[in-house]
Amino acid sequence: MNFSILTNNIDMFLEGFKVTLMASVIALIASLLLGAFIAVLRIAPNKLLNWLGTIYVEFIRNIPLLIIMLFVYLVFNFKGLTAGTIALTIYTTAFIAEAIRAGILSISKGQMEAARSSGLTYGQAMRLIILPQAIKVVIPPLGNQFINLVKNSSLVAVIAGGDLMYQADLISARTLVVMDTYILVAMFYLLLTIPLSLGVGYLEKRLAKSN
Amino acid sequence: MDFIGAYSADHLTFLLNGFWLTLKMAFIAIILSFILGGVVGTLRFAKIPVLSQVLAVIVEIIRNLPLLLIIFFTFFALPEIGIKFKEVPAAIIALTIFEAAMLSEIIRSGLNSIDKGQMEAARSSGLSYFQALWHIILPQALRRMVPPTVSQFISLLKDTSLAVVISVPELTHQAQIVYGQKIGYLVPTLLVVMLMYFVVNFTLSILSRRLEVKRT
Repeated sequence: MNFSILTNNIDMFLEGFKVTLMASVIALIASLLLGAFIAVLRIAPNKLLNWLGTIYVEFIRNIPLLIIMLFVYLVFNFKGLTAGTIALTIYTTAFIAEAIRAGILSISKGQMEAARSSGLTYGQAMRLIILPQAIKVVIPPLGNQFINLVKNSSLVAVIAGGDLMYQADLISARTLVVMDTYILVAMFYLLLTIPLSLGVGYLEKRLAKSN
Repeated sequence: MDFIGAYSADHLTFLLNGFWLTLKMAFIAIILSFILGGVVGTLRFAKIPVLSQVLAVIVEIIRNLPLLLIIFFTFFALPEIGIKFKEVPAAIIALTIFEAAMLSEIIRSGLNSIDKGQMEAARSSGLSYFQALWHIILPQALRRMVPPTVSQFISLLKDTSLAVVISVPELTHQAQIVYGQKIGYLVPTLLVVMLMYFVVNFTLSILSRRLEVKRT
């Protein structure tokens, strides 16, 4: 293993790592907000809203992220990284909405009925009673989505977004040392994803025990 | 936007040819990864010392890497040590490695979900460990593995689009060629490509849900 690839190009690796991390974190926060919104649409007591939420989730989940990314990048002419982060958000929102919806549905119906009959509005009951309980159930699947998000952020390389994968392509093209570059870049990805997946595994076990 | 020009018979046939390759690649990769994932998942379930731990580490590493990296690695890095594949086989191999890691987890948790008493009863009726696994545990677990495997196939079908980075002439690649001719073709082409992926994946996801409902 040729570690001079790492030391000679450390700036590019770190820049890529920073961009990958940034795109993932921004897309995660944005898709948490949007995903919660879509999840509430899907369970709201209104057929039209349910329908809108369902169309979004079913459409986005069933098309490749790369196509969404190319669409945002080429049609709206954003810069690579901006287009990539928007596309990641659009895509991840659909999966997070499903995770949150499943979490909300796992809370017993009696909770909502009790909250409503004690005088809370539907929105208040959702915000104060249902969502806080649902969060515990939702955290492990959300962790999995974050891992997917980090991995999926590598597609930003296809539209020249400057992420870790993109830097790896530049480095391997310039130095012609391909295998070592990719092994190093794999290690950078694992640095992010392995701790996350260990964390998710731990939370899942704890949740299984508490039930 | 030139919908009429973009949707000429030639273009649509060209795209459908790409989609046919997408479907073929996904189909071959899911079969190969079910076999490979089945072997890995079963070996890990059997808790064979050393081997199980080694497989666990390999599966965790692969599951936590981006597929795009695995595709690049298979196509660009392996030739450095003398292992060379053409574009399509390279894509199928990369997809298989990645999906086999995912499927091995589905298969392992399917096996784990079968009541331990089944194994004990089978063993005490004189079957060897692997006979019990093959005749008693696997057939029961297989039924529970079908819905998550169909979901994984949907992911796989979407993931084939990444093969575009090594110029495999699948749907996304063909789309790039069509919209590359004229700026007015861009939106119409991307829309019809989304529709193609959507129709197949949505049908599969309904099927997967049906199977799940039947089970419970």
